[in-house]
Amino acid sequence: MSVLNELYQQVILDHNKSPRNFRVMEGATKHVEGYNPLCGDHYTVYVKLDGDQIVDVSFEGAGCAISKASASVMSAMVKNHTVAEAEELFRDFHRLVKGELAGEEELERLGKLAAFAGVSEFPARVKCASLAWHTLHSALNTNETSISTE
Amino acid sequence: MTASDPTTLTEEFHKLLRIAGCRHHFPLLRQSVNGKPLVYFDNAATSQKPQAVIDAMMRYYEAENSNIHRGVHYLSERATQSYEGVRVKVKAFMNAADTRELIFVRGTTEAINLVAHSFGRAFVKAGDEILISGMEHHSNIVPWQMLCEERGAVLKVIPITDTGELQMDAVPALLTPKTKLMAITHVSNALGTVNPVKELVAMAHEKGIPVLVDGAQAVPHVRVDVQDLDCDFYAFSAHKMFGPTGVGILYGKKKWLDQMPPYQGGGDMIRSVTFARTTYNDLPYKFEAGTPNIGGGIGLGAAIEYLNELNMDAIRQFEHDLLTYATEKILAVPGVRIIGTAKEKAGVLSFVMEGIHPHDIGTILDVEGVAIRTGHHCAQPVMQRFGVPATARASFAFYNTKEEVDAFIKALDKVREVLG
Ligand SMILES: Cc1ncc(COP(=O)(O)O)c(C=O)c1O
Repeated sequence: MSVLNELYQQVILDHNKSPRNFRVMEGATKHVEGYNPLCGDHYTVYVKLDGDQIVDVSFEGAGCAISKASASVMSAMVKNHTVAEAEELFRDFHRLVKGELAGEEELERLGKLAAFAGVSEFPARVKCASLAWHTLHSALNTNETSISTE
Repeated sequence: MTASDPTTLTEEFHKLLRIAGCRHHFPLLRQSVNGKPLVYFDNAATSQKPQAVIDAMMRYYEAENSNIHRGVHYLSERATQSYEGVRVKVKAFMNAADTRELIFVRGTTEAINLVAHSFGRAFVKAGDEILISGMEHHSNIVPWQMLCEERGAVLKVIPITDTGELQMDAVPALLTPKTKLMAITHVSNALGTVNPVKELVAMAHEKGIPVLVDGAQAVPHVRVDVQDLDCDFYAFSAHKMFGPTGVGILYGKKKWLDQMPPYQGGGDMIRSVTFARTTYNDLPYKFEAGTPNIGGGIGLGAAIEYLNELNMDAIRQFEHDLLTYATEKILAVPGVRIIGTAKEKAGVLSFVMEGIHPHDIGTILDVEGVAIRTGHHCAQPVMQRFGVPATARASFAFYNTKEEVDAFIKALDKVREVLG
Protein backbone atom coordinates (compact mmCIF):
# COMPACT_ATOMS: atom_id res chain seq x y z
CA MET A 1 0.00 0.00 0.00
CA SER A 2 1.34 3.49 -0.81
CA VAL A 3 1.95 5.83 2.08
CA LEU A 4 -0.98 7.99 0.91
CA ASN A 5 -3.39 5.09 0.90
CA GLU A 6 -2.12 4.18 4.32
CA LEU A 7 -2.94 7.65 5.60
CA TYR A 8 -6.23 8.04 3.78
CA GLN A 9 -7.58 4.56 4.49
CA GLN A 10 -11.07 3.58 3.40
CA VAL A 11 -12.41 3.97 6.94
CA ILE A 12 -11.12 7.55 7.06
CA LEU A 13 -12.45 8.46 3.62
CA ASP A 14 -15.82 7.01 4.51
CA HIS A 15 -16.10 8.80 7.86
CA ASN A 16 -14.94 12.05 6.24
CA LYS A 17 -17.65 11.81 3.57
CA SER A 18 -20.44 10.71 5.90
CA PRO A 19 -19.47 11.55 9.45
CA ARG A 20 -21.41 9.72 12.18
CA ASN A 21 -23.07 11.59 15.07
CA PHE A 22 -22.50 14.85 13.20
CA ARG A 23 -25.07 17.07 14.88
CA VAL A 24 -25.66 19.55 17.65
CA MET A 25 -26.94 17.77 20.77
CA GLU A 26 -29.86 19.11 22.77
CA GLY A 27 -29.60 18.57 26.51
CA ALA A 28 -25.93 17.63 26.50
CA THR A 29 -24.26 17.25 29.88
CA LYS A 30 -21.23 19.03 28.55
CA HIS A 31 -19.91 20.54 25.34
CA VAL A 32 -16.43 21.80 24.56
CA GLU A 33 -15.02 23.65 21.56
CA GLY A 34 -11.75 22.39 20.13
CA TYR A 35 -9.67 24.63 17.87
CA ASN A 36 -6.44 24.17 15.97
CA PRO A 37 -5.37 27.72 15.10
CA LEU A 38 -2.63 26.48 12.79
CA CYS A 39 -4.98 25.01 10.22
CA GLY A 40 -8.32 26.39 11.35
CA ASP A 41 -9.87 23.03 12.31
CA HIS A 42 -12.75 23.81 14.59
CA TYR A 43 -15.19 21.39 16.27
CA THR A 44 -17.59 21.29 19.18
CA VAL A 45 -17.88 17.93 20.95
CA TYR A 46 -21.05 17.15 22.94
CA VAL A 47 -21.44 14.41 25.57
CA LYS A 48 -24.41 13.14 27.53
CA LEU A 49 -23.50 11.32 30.73
CA ASP A 50 -25.49 9.07 33.02
CA GLY A 51 -23.28 8.72 36.06
CA ASP A 52 -19.97 7.64 34.59
CA GLN A 53 -21.65 6.10 31.55
CA ILE A 54 -21.35 7.95 28.22
CA VAL A 55 -24.83 7.57 26.77
CA ASP A 56 -24.39 9.86 23.76
CA VAL A 57 -21.63 11.70 21.89
CA SER A 58 -21.91 14.03 18.93
CA PHE A 59 -19.89 16.74 17.22
CA GLU A 60 -20.16 19.49 14.66
CA GLY A 61 -17.75 21.87 12.96
CA ALA A 62 -15.29 21.86 10.10
CA GLY A 63 -11.78 20.75 9.35
CA CYS A 64 -9.58 18.46 7.29
CA ALA A 65 -10.40 14.85 6.42
CA ILE A 66 -8.19 13.43 9.16
CA SER A 67 -9.68 15.54 11.95
CA LYS A 68 -13.26 15.01 10.83
CA ALA A 69 -12.91 11.24 10.40
CA SER A 70 -11.18 11.00 13.74
CA ALA A 71 -14.03 12.84 15.49
CA SER A 72 -16.56 10.61 13.75
CA VAL A 73 -14.82 7.32 14.61
CA MET A 74 -14.31 8.52 18.16
CA SER A 75 -17.97 9.37 18.62
CA ALA A 76 -19.01 5.91 17.41
CA MET A 77 -16.48 4.14 19.60
CA VAL A 78 -16.94 5.75 22.99
CA LYS A 79 -20.72 5.73 22.98
CA ASN A 80 -22.10 3.35 25.62
CA HIS A 81 -18.75 3.09 27.32
CA THR A 82 -17.69 4.39 30.72
CA VAL A 83 -15.63 7.52 31.15
CA ALA A 84 -12.70 5.36 32.29
CA GLU A 85 -12.92 3.21 29.14
CA ALA A 86 -13.02 6.28 26.93
CA GLU A 87 -9.94 7.63 28.66
CA GLU A 88 -8.20 4.30 28.12
CA LEU A 89 -9.01 4.51 24.39
CA PHE A 90 -7.71 8.07 24.28
CA ARG A 91 -4.36 6.93 25.71
CA ASP A 92 -4.17 4.08 23.19
CA PHE A 93 -5.07 6.40 20.35
CA HIS A 94 -2.40 8.84 21.39
CA ARG A 95 0.26 6.12 21.36
CA LEU A 96 -1.07 4.88 18.02
CA VAL A 97 -0.70 8.20 16.18
CA LYS A 98 2.68 8.78 17.78
CA GLY A 99 3.80 5.39 16.49
CA GLU A 100 4.37 4.03 19.99
CA LEU A 101 2.18 0.94 19.94
CA ALA A 102 3.86 -2.36 20.82
CA GLY A 103 2.69 -4.53 17.92
CA GLU A 104 -0.01 -6.17 15.82
CA GLU A 105 -1.89 -7.49 18.83
CA GLU A 106 -2.40 -4.09 20.34
CA LEU A 107 -3.40 -2.75 16.93
CA GLU A 108 -6.09 -5.40 16.61
CA ARG A 109 -7.51 -4.52 20.00
CA LEU A 110 -8.10 -0.97 18.73
CA GLY A 111 -10.56 -2.04 16.05
CA LYS A 112 -11.58 0.81 13.72
CA LEU A 113 -9.15 3.15 15.45
CA ALA A 114 -6.32 1.21 13.82
CA ALA A 115 -7.18 3.05 10.60
CA PHE A 116 -5.30 6.01 12.02
CA ALA A 117 -2.00 4.13 12.30
CA GLY A 118 -0.76 5.81 9.08
CA VAL A 119 -0.90 9.22 10.77
CA SER A 120 2.30 8.39 12.66
CA GLU A 121 4.17 8.74 9.36
CA PHE A 122 2.94 12.35 9.10
CA PRO A 123 4.04 14.26 12.21
CA ALA A 124 2.36 17.45 10.94
CA ARG A 125 -1.00 15.65 11.02
CA VAL A 126 -0.90 14.18 14.55
CA LYS A 127 -2.65 17.28 15.90
CA CYS A 128 -5.43 16.91 13.32
CA ALA A 129 -6.07 13.32 14.36
CA SER A 130 -5.98 14.13 18.08
CA LEU A 131 -8.09 17.31 18.12
CA ALA A 132 -11.46 15.66 18.80
CA TRP A 133 -9.95 13.34 21.37
CA HIS A 134 -8.37 16.18 23.30
CA THR A 135 -11.68 18.00 23.17
CA LEU A 136 -13.56 14.99 24.51
CA HIS A 137 -10.92 14.47 27.20
CA SER A 138 -11.44 18.06 28.24
CA ALA A 139 -15.22 17.62 28.34
CA LEU A 140 -14.89 14.55 30.56
CA ASN A 141 -12.28 15.94 32.94
CA THR A 142 -12.38 19.71 33.19
CA ASN A 143 -14.62 22.71 33.40
CA GLU A 144 -13.07 24.28 30.31
CA THR A 145 -15.48 25.25 27.56
CA SER A 146 -12.85 25.53 24.86
CA ILE A 147 -9.38 24.21 24.12
CA SER A 148 -6.74 25.03 21.57
CA THR A 149 -3.93 22.83 20.31
CA GLU A 150 -1.34 25.60 20.25
CA MET B 1 12.99 52.48 -27.61
CA THR B 2 9.95 50.63 -28.87
CA ALA B 3 9.05 47.01 -28.36
CA SER B 4 9.82 46.26 -31.99
CA ASP B 5 13.36 47.60 -31.71
CA PRO B 6 15.45 44.50 -32.54
CA THR B 7 18.27 45.28 -30.08
CA THR B 8 15.77 45.64 -27.21
CA LEU B 9 14.12 42.39 -28.09
CA THR B 10 17.37 40.46 -28.17
CA GLU B 11 18.45 42.01 -24.91
CA GLU B 12 15.15 41.12 -23.28
CA PHE B 13 15.40 37.62 -24.63
CA HIS B 14 18.90 37.22 -23.28
CA LYS B 15 17.87 38.45 -19.85
CA LEU B 16 15.01 35.95 -19.72
CA LEU B 17 17.30 33.22 -20.94
CA ARG B 18 19.75 34.00 -18.16
CA ILE B 19 16.97 33.63 -15.57
CA ALA B 20 15.87 30.33 -17.05
CA GLY B 21 19.44 29.08 -16.65
CA CYS B 22 19.94 30.10 -13.03
CA ARG B 23 18.26 27.21 -11.26
CA HIS B 24 21.53 25.38 -10.77
CA HIS B 25 22.81 28.26 -8.62
CA PHE B 26 20.55 26.97 -5.84
CA PRO B 27 22.05 23.82 -4.29
CA LEU B 28 18.99 23.02 -2.16
CA LEU B 29 16.80 22.61 -5.21
CA ARG B 30 18.82 19.62 -6.36
CA GLN B 31 17.24 17.20 -3.91
CA SER B 32 14.43 14.69 -3.99
CA VAL B 33 11.62 14.57 -1.46
CA ASN B 34 9.75 11.33 -0.91
CA GLY B 35 11.54 9.92 -3.94
CA LYS B 36 10.27 12.73 -6.21
CA PRO B 37 12.25 15.73 -7.48
CA LEU B 38 11.57 18.61 -5.10
CA VAL B 39 9.15 21.24 -6.39
CA TYR B 40 9.60 24.19 -4.03
CA PHE B 41 6.50 26.40 -4.22
CA ASP B 42 6.71 27.92 -0.74
CA ASN B 43 8.78 30.94 -1.68
CA ALA B 44 6.48 33.45 0.01
CA ALA B 45 7.34 31.80 3.33
CA THR B 46 11.04 31.91 2.62
CA SER B 47 13.16 31.71 -0.51
CA GLN B 48 16.14 29.46 -1.22
CA LYS B 49 19.68 30.81 -1.30
CA PRO B 50 22.04 30.88 -4.27
CA GLN B 51 25.57 29.53 -3.87
CA ALA B 52 26.86 33.12 -4.11
CA VAL B 53 25.05 34.05 -0.87
CA ILE B 54 26.16 30.90 0.95
CA ASP B 55 29.76 31.45 -0.16
CA ALA B 56 29.80 35.12 0.83
CA MET B 57 28.67 34.28 4.34
CA MET B 58 31.14 31.44 4.63
CA ARG B 59 33.96 33.70 3.43
CA TYR B 60 33.01 36.27 6.02
CA TYR B 61 33.15 33.76 8.88
CA GLU B 62 36.30 32.13 7.55
CA ALA B 63 38.28 35.27 6.93
CA GLU B 64 36.74 38.47 8.25
CA ASN B 65 34.64 37.77 11.33
CA SER B 66 35.12 40.44 13.93
CA ASN B 67 33.01 43.12 15.62
CA ILE B 68 32.31 46.28 13.71
CA HIS B 69 32.54 49.99 14.46
CA ARG B 70 34.67 49.47 17.53
CA GLY B 71 38.03 47.92 16.76
CA VAL B 72 41.30 49.53 15.79
CA HIS B 73 42.61 46.29 14.38
CA TYR B 74 42.74 45.07 10.82
CA LEU B 75 39.87 42.56 10.95
CA SER B 76 37.47 44.95 12.59
CA GLU B 77 38.23 47.53 9.92
CA ARG B 78 37.62 44.98 7.20
CA ALA B 79 34.36 43.69 8.68
CA THR B 80 33.14 47.26 9.17
CA GLN B 81 33.94 48.08 5.57
CA SER B 82 32.13 45.00 4.26
CA TYR B 83 29.10 45.61 6.42
CA GLU B 84 28.84 49.32 5.61
CA GLY B 85 29.40 48.40 1.98
CA VAL B 86 26.11 46.49 2.13
CA ARG B 87 24.31 49.68 3.10
CA VAL B 88 25.58 51.23 -0.11
CA LYS B 89 24.29 48.25 -2.11
CA VAL B 90 20.89 48.51 -0.42
CA LYS B 91 20.79 52.22 -1.23
CA ALA B 92 21.22 51.50 -4.93
CA PHE B 93 18.89 48.47 -4.82
CA MET B 94 15.90 50.46 -3.57
CA ASN B 95 17.10 53.85 -4.84
CA ALA B 96 17.25 55.52 -1.44
CA ALA B 97 18.63 59.05 -1.36
CA ASP B 98 21.08 58.53 1.48
CA THR B 99 22.64 55.56 3.35
CA ARG B 100 21.70 57.26 6.62
CA GLU B 101 18.08 56.46 5.81
CA LEU B 102 18.75 52.70 5.85
CA ILE B 103 18.58 50.85 9.14
CA PHE B 104 19.63 47.25 9.57
CA VAL B 105 16.98 45.28 11.46
CA ARG B 106 16.12 41.63 12.10
CA GLY B 107 13.45 41.59 9.40
CA THR B 108 10.18 43.13 8.29
CA THR B 109 8.54 42.41 11.63
CA GLU B 110 11.19 44.26 13.58
CA ALA B 111 11.17 47.15 11.10
CA ILE B 112 7.43 47.67 11.57
CA ASN B 113 7.71 47.32 15.34
CA LEU B 114 10.48 49.90 15.34
CA VAL B 115 8.27 52.43 13.56
CA ALA B 116 5.21 51.60 15.67
CA HIS B 117 7.29 52.09 18.78
CA SER B 118 9.38 55.14 17.90
CA PHE B 119 7.06 56.99 15.54
CA GLY B 120 4.17 56.05 17.81
CA ARG B 121 5.91 57.50 20.86
CA ALA B 122 6.68 60.73 19.07
CA PHE B 123 3.46 61.33 17.18
CA VAL B 124 0.45 59.24 18.24
CA LYS B 125 -1.95 60.42 20.94
CA ALA B 126 -5.35 59.39 22.26
CA GLY B 127 -8.06 59.69 19.60
CA ASP B 128 -5.58 59.59 16.68
CA GLU B 129 -5.97 57.04 13.91
CA ILE B 130 -3.69 54.56 12.16
CA LEU B 131 -4.89 53.31 8.77
CA ILE B 132 -4.03 49.82 7.52
CA SER B 133 -5.71 47.54 4.97
CA GLY B 134 -7.75 44.35 5.08
CA MET B 135 -4.99 42.35 3.40
CA GLU B 136 -2.16 42.92 5.88
CA HIS B 137 0.08 40.23 7.32
CA HIS B 138 -0.27 39.94 11.11
CA SER B 139 3.06 41.75 11.43
CA ASN B 140 1.51 44.85 9.89
CA ILE B 141 -1.59 44.60 12.10
CA VAL B 142 -0.54 43.60 15.59
CA PRO B 143 2.16 46.26 16.22
CA TRP B 144 -0.39 48.96 15.33
CA GLN B 145 -3.04 47.33 17.50
CA MET B 146 -0.59 47.32 20.40
CA LEU B 147 0.25 50.97 19.78
CA CYS B 148 -3.42 51.94 19.56
CA GLU B 149 -4.18 50.12 22.78
CA GLU B 150 -1.32 51.80 24.57
CA ARG B 151 -2.14 55.28 23.29
CA GLY B 152 -5.91 55.10 23.12
CA ALA B 153 -5.72 55.52 19.35
CA VAL B 154 -7.99 53.88 16.78
CA LEU B 155 -7.10 51.35 14.07
CA LYS B 156 -8.92 51.87 10.75
CA VAL B 157 -8.99 49.41 7.89
CA ILE B 158 -9.28 49.88 4.10
CA PRO B 159 -11.72 47.18 2.91
CA ILE B 160 -10.87 44.79 0.07
CA THR B 161 -12.96 43.76 -2.92
CA ASP B 162 -14.06 40.28 -4.00
CA THR B 163 -11.08 40.08 -6.36
CA GLY B 164 -8.69 40.88 -3.51
CA GLU B 165 -7.92 44.48 -4.41
CA LEU B 166 -8.00 47.50 -2.15
CA GLN B 167 -11.27 49.38 -2.36
CA MET B 168 -9.61 52.56 -3.56
CA ASP B 169 -12.74 54.70 -3.49
CA ALA B 170 -13.00 54.07 0.26
CA VAL B 171 -9.54 55.51 0.94
CA PRO B 172 -10.15 59.30 0.84
CA ALA B 173 -12.77 59.14 3.58
CA LEU B 174 -10.48 57.01 5.72
CA LEU B 175 -7.67 59.57 5.54
CA THR B 176 -8.91 62.02 8.17
CA PRO B 177 -7.35 64.89 10.10
CA LYS B 178 -6.78 62.36 12.89
CA THR B 179 -4.84 59.88 10.73
CA LYS B 180 -1.22 59.83 11.85
CA LEU B 181 0.10 57.09 9.57
CA MET B 182 -0.99 54.76 6.80
CA ALA B 183 0.67 51.30 6.84
CA ILE B 184 0.10 49.21 3.79
CA THR B 185 1.53 46.13 2.11
CA HIS B 186 3.15 46.46 -1.30
CA VAL B 187 2.34 42.85 -2.29
CA SER B 188 -0.09 40.65 -0.34
CA ASN B 189 1.37 37.35 0.85
CA ALA B 190 -2.05 35.67 0.99
CA LEU B 191 -3.52 36.95 -2.30
CA GLY B 192 -0.57 38.04 -4.42
CA THR B 193 -2.16 41.45 -5.09
CA VAL B 194 0.27 44.23 -6.04
CA ASN B 195 -1.14 47.39 -4.50
CA PRO B 196 -1.00 50.80 -6.21
CA VAL B 197 1.39 52.09 -3.58
CA LYS B 198 2.48 55.20 -5.43
CA GLU B 199 -1.11 56.33 -5.83
CA LEU B 200 -1.87 55.59 -2.16
CA VAL B 201 1.17 57.56 -1.04
CA ALA B 202 0.08 60.51 -3.15
CA MET B 203 -3.41 60.39 -1.64
CA ALA B 204 -2.01 60.32 1.90
CA HIS B 205 0.58 63.02 1.26
CA GLU B 206 -2.06 65.33 -0.06
CA LYS B 207 -3.31 65.39 3.53
CA GLY B 208 0.17 65.43 5.05
CA ILE B 209 -0.02 61.82 6.25
CA PRO B 210 3.14 59.65 6.13
CA VAL B 211 3.04 56.11 4.72
CA LEU B 212 4.83 52.91 5.73
CA VAL B 213 5.06 50.20 3.09
CA ASP B 214 5.49 46.53 4.03
CA GLY B 215 7.71 45.34 1.21
CA ALA B 216 8.36 41.77 2.44
CA GLN B 217 6.66 40.16 -0.58
CA ALA B 218 7.58 42.85 -3.08
CA VAL B 219 11.39 42.91 -3.05
CA PRO B 220 11.83 39.39 -4.49
CA HIS B 221 9.48 40.12 -7.40
CA VAL B 222 9.37 43.77 -8.44
CA ARG B 223 11.79 46.66 -8.78
CA VAL B 224 11.42 48.94 -5.78
CA ASP B 225 12.26 52.64 -5.99
CA VAL B 226 11.48 54.35 -2.70
CA GLN B 227 12.04 57.84 -4.09
CA ASP B 228 9.64 57.20 -6.93
CA LEU B 229 7.04 55.70 -4.58
CA ASP B 230 7.78 58.62 -2.26
CA CYS B 231 6.85 56.46 0.75
CA ASP B 232 8.10 57.54 4.17
CA PHE B 233 9.07 54.07 5.42
CA TYR B 234 9.73 50.82 3.59
CA ALA B 235 10.39 47.47 5.31
CA PHE B 236 11.70 44.14 4.00
CA SER B 237 13.39 40.89 5.05
CA ALA B 238 16.50 39.44 3.39
CA HIS B 239 15.29 35.85 3.68
CA LYS B 240 12.42 36.33 1.24
CA MET B 241 14.77 37.75 -1.39
CA PHE B 242 17.32 34.93 -1.49
CA GLY B 243 19.38 36.20 1.45
CA PRO B 244 19.69 34.76 4.96
CA THR B 245 17.20 34.84 7.84
CA GLY B 246 17.65 37.26 10.72
CA VAL B 247 18.37 40.44 8.78
CA GLY B 248 16.29 43.03 6.99
CA ILE B 249 16.06 46.74 6.21
CA LEU B 250 13.97 49.63 7.36
CA TYR B 251 14.13 52.59 5.02
CA GLY B 252 12.91 55.81 6.58
CA LYS B 253 12.99 59.38 5.33
CA LYS B 254 15.51 61.39 7.28
CA LYS B 255 12.95 64.03 8.20
CA TRP B 256 10.98 61.40 10.15
CA LEU B 257 13.88 59.42 11.57
CA ASP B 258 15.40 62.63 12.95
CA GLN B 259 12.24 63.30 14.93
CA MET B 260 11.87 59.76 16.30
CA PRO B 261 13.36 58.57 19.60
CA PRO B 262 15.64 55.47 19.57
CA TYR B 263 13.99 52.05 19.54
CA GLN B 264 16.41 50.16 21.77
CA GLY B 265 19.20 51.40 23.99
CA GLY B 266 22.69 49.95 24.12
CA GLY B 267 26.05 49.99 22.41
CA ASP B 268 26.59 51.68 19.04
CA MET B 269 23.51 53.88 19.28
CA ILE B 270 25.12 56.39 21.66
CA ARG B 271 27.61 59.20 21.28
CA SER B 272 28.40 59.61 24.96
CA VAL B 273 27.08 58.09 28.15
CA THR B 274 27.25 59.34 31.71
CA PHE B 275 24.89 58.38 34.47
CA ALA B 276 23.35 61.80 34.22
CA ARG B 277 22.77 61.85 30.49
CA THR B 278 23.24 60.01 27.23
CA THR B 279 23.48 61.64 23.84
CA TYR B 280 22.48 59.56 20.87
CA ASN B 281 24.46 58.74 17.80
CA ASP B 282 23.66 60.04 14.32
CA LEU B 283 21.51 58.24 11.80
CA PRO B 284 21.33 55.39 11.08
CA TYR B 285 23.24 54.21 14.19
CA LYS B 286 20.73 55.82 16.55
CA PHE B 287 18.43 52.92 15.65
CA GLU B 288 21.06 50.17 15.64
CA ALA B 289 21.73 49.23 19.25
CA GLY B 290 24.03 46.29 19.93
CA THR B 291 26.10 44.02 17.72
CA PRO B 292 24.07 43.42 14.57
CA ASN B 293 23.78 40.30 12.42
CA ILE B 294 26.99 41.04 10.53
CA GLY B 295 27.24 37.74 8.67
CA GLY B 296 23.58 38.05 7.70
CA GLY B 297 24.15 41.57 6.41
CA ILE B 298 27.00 40.30 4.23
CA GLY B 299 24.61 37.64 2.90
CA LEU B 300 22.03 40.33 2.09
CA GLY B 301 24.67 42.23 0.14
CA ALA B 302 25.47 39.12 -1.88
CA ALA B 303 21.76 38.52 -2.57
CA ILE B 304 21.39 42.07 -3.89
CA GLU B 305 24.39 41.62 -6.19
CA TYR B 306 22.91 38.36 -7.41
CA LEU B 307 19.54 40.00 -8.18
CA ASN B 308 21.22 42.95 -9.91
CA GLU B 309 22.99 40.50 -12.15
CA LEU B 310 19.68 38.90 -13.15
CA ASN B 311 17.81 42.20 -13.42
CA MET B 312 14.56 42.79 -11.52
CA ASP B 313 12.54 43.77 -14.59
CA ALA B 314 13.43 40.52 -16.33
CA ILE B 315 12.50 38.61 -13.15
CA ARG B 316 9.11 40.33 -13.09
CA GLN B 317 8.48 39.40 -16.73
CA PHE B 318 9.58 35.79 -16.24
CA GLU B 319 7.42 35.31 -13.15
CA HIS B 320 4.45 36.96 -14.78
CA ASP B 321 4.59 34.32 -17.53
CA LEU B 322 4.93 31.54 -14.97
CA LEU B 323 2.00 32.78 -12.87
CA THR B 324 -0.18 33.17 -15.98
CA TYR B 325 0.68 29.62 -17.02
CA ALA B 326 -0.04 28.21 -13.54
CA THR B 327 -3.31 30.16 -13.29
CA GLU B 328 -4.57 28.79 -16.61
CA LYS B 329 -3.60 25.26 -15.68
CA ILE B 330 -5.16 25.30 -12.23
CA LEU B 331 -8.43 26.76 -13.47
CA ALA B 332 -8.80 23.62 -15.60
CA VAL B 333 -8.73 21.44 -12.45
CA PRO B 334 -12.35 20.71 -11.46
CA GLY B 335 -13.50 22.23 -8.17
CA VAL B 336 -10.65 24.73 -7.84
CA ARG B 337 -11.36 28.32 -6.81
CA ILE B 338 -8.58 30.90 -6.79
CA ILE B 339 -8.59 33.29 -3.83
CA GLY B 340 -7.15 36.58 -5.03
CA THR B 341 -7.79 37.43 -8.67
CA ALA B 342 -6.45 40.97 -8.79
CA LYS B 343 -5.35 42.39 -12.13
CA GLU B 344 -1.85 43.05 -10.82
CA LYS B 345 -0.41 40.03 -9.02
CA ALA B 346 3.03 38.76 -8.14
CA GLY B 347 4.25 35.32 -7.26
CA VAL B 348 1.26 33.91 -5.36
CA LEU B 349 -1.48 31.45 -6.27
CA SER B 350 -3.85 30.95 -3.33
CA PHE B 351 -6.68 28.46 -3.87
CA VAL B 352 -9.26 26.14 -2.35
CA MET B 353 -10.75 22.90 -3.71
CA GLU B 354 -14.41 22.02 -3.43
CA GLY B 355 -15.00 19.63 -0.52
CA ILE B 356 -11.30 19.13 0.23
CA HIS B 357 -9.55 20.84 3.10
CA PRO B 358 -6.30 22.70 2.26
CA HIS B 359 -4.43 20.70 4.89
CA ASP B 360 -5.19 17.45 3.05
CA ILE B 361 -4.08 19.06 -0.22
CA GLY B 362 -0.79 20.04 1.40
CA THR B 363 -0.09 16.54 2.72
CA ILE B 364 -0.81 14.81 -0.58
CA LEU B 365 1.25 17.32 -2.55
CA ASP B 366 4.12 16.81 -0.14
CA VAL B 367 4.08 13.08 -0.76
CA GLU B 368 4.35 13.96 -4.46
CA GLY B 369 7.40 16.13 -3.72
CA VAL B 370 5.56 19.45 -4.04
CA ALA B 371 6.07 21.88 -1.15
CA ILE B 372 3.27 24.44 -0.72
CA ARG B 373 1.88 26.19 2.33
CA THR B 374 -1.58 25.64 3.72
CA GLY B 375 -3.32 27.57 6.46
CA HIS B 376 -4.16 31.20 7.11
CA HIS B 377 -0.72 32.56 6.05
CA CYS B 378 -0.59 34.92 9.04
CA ALA B 379 -3.47 36.83 7.47
CA GLN B 380 -6.55 35.64 9.34
CA PRO B 381 -8.61 38.74 8.41
CA VAL B 382 -8.13 37.84 4.72
CA MET B 383 -9.47 34.33 5.38
CA GLN B 384 -12.47 35.83 7.19
CA ARG B 385 -13.06 38.24 4.29
CA PHE B 386 -13.23 35.38 1.80
CA GLY B 387 -15.15 33.04 4.13
CA VAL B 388 -12.59 30.23 4.11
CA PRO B 389 -10.84 28.70 7.13
CA ALA B 390 -7.61 28.40 5.21
CA THR B 391 -6.21 28.24 1.69
CA ALA B 392 -3.55 26.26 -0.13
CA ARG B 393 -0.87 28.57 -1.49
CA ALA B 394 1.67 27.94 -4.21
CA SER B 395 4.19 30.77 -4.38
CA PHE B 396 6.84 31.13 -7.05
CA ALA B 397 10.35 32.41 -7.56
CA PHE B 398 12.33 32.94 -10.75
CA TYR B 399 14.03 29.55 -10.35
CA ASN B 400 10.71 27.72 -10.73
CA THR B 401 9.74 26.24 -14.09
CA LYS B 402 6.68 25.36 -16.15
CA GLU B 403 7.65 21.70 -15.77
CA GLU B 404 7.30 22.17 -12.02
CA VAL B 405 3.88 23.73 -12.52
CA ASP B 406 2.94 20.64 -14.54
CA ALA B 407 4.11 18.37 -11.68
CA PHE B 408 2.07 20.48 -9.26
CA ILE B 409 -1.07 20.20 -11.41
CA LYS B 410 -0.55 16.46 -11.71
CA ALA B 411 -0.27 16.24 -7.94
CA LEU B 412 -3.61 18.08 -7.67
CA ASP B 413 -5.15 15.33 -9.81
CA LYS B 414 -3.77 12.90 -7.25
CA VAL B 415 -5.52 14.89 -4.52
CA ARG B 416 -8.81 14.46 -6.34
CA GLU B 417 -8.12 10.81 -6.92
CA VAL B 418 -7.49 10.17 -3.21
CA LEU B 419 -10.12 12.47 -1.70
CA GLY B 420 -12.50 13.44 -4.49
C1 LIG C 1 3.52 40.65 3.68
C2 LIG C 1 4.42 40.24 4.79
N1 LIG C 1 4.75 41.11 5.75
C3 LIG C 1 5.56 40.79 6.76
C4 LIG C 1 6.09 39.53 6.90
C5 LIG C 1 6.96 39.22 8.08
O1 LIG C 1 8.28 39.00 7.68
P1 LIG C 1 9.34 38.43 8.71
O2 LIG C 1 8.73 37.23 9.35
O3 LIG C 1 10.53 38.11 7.86
O4 LIG C 1 9.63 39.51 9.70
C6 LIG C 1 5.79 38.57 5.94
C7 LIG C 1 6.32 37.20 6.07
O5 LIG C 1 5.65 36.21 5.97
C8 LIG C 1 4.93 38.93 4.86
O6 LIG C 1 4.60 38.03 3.93
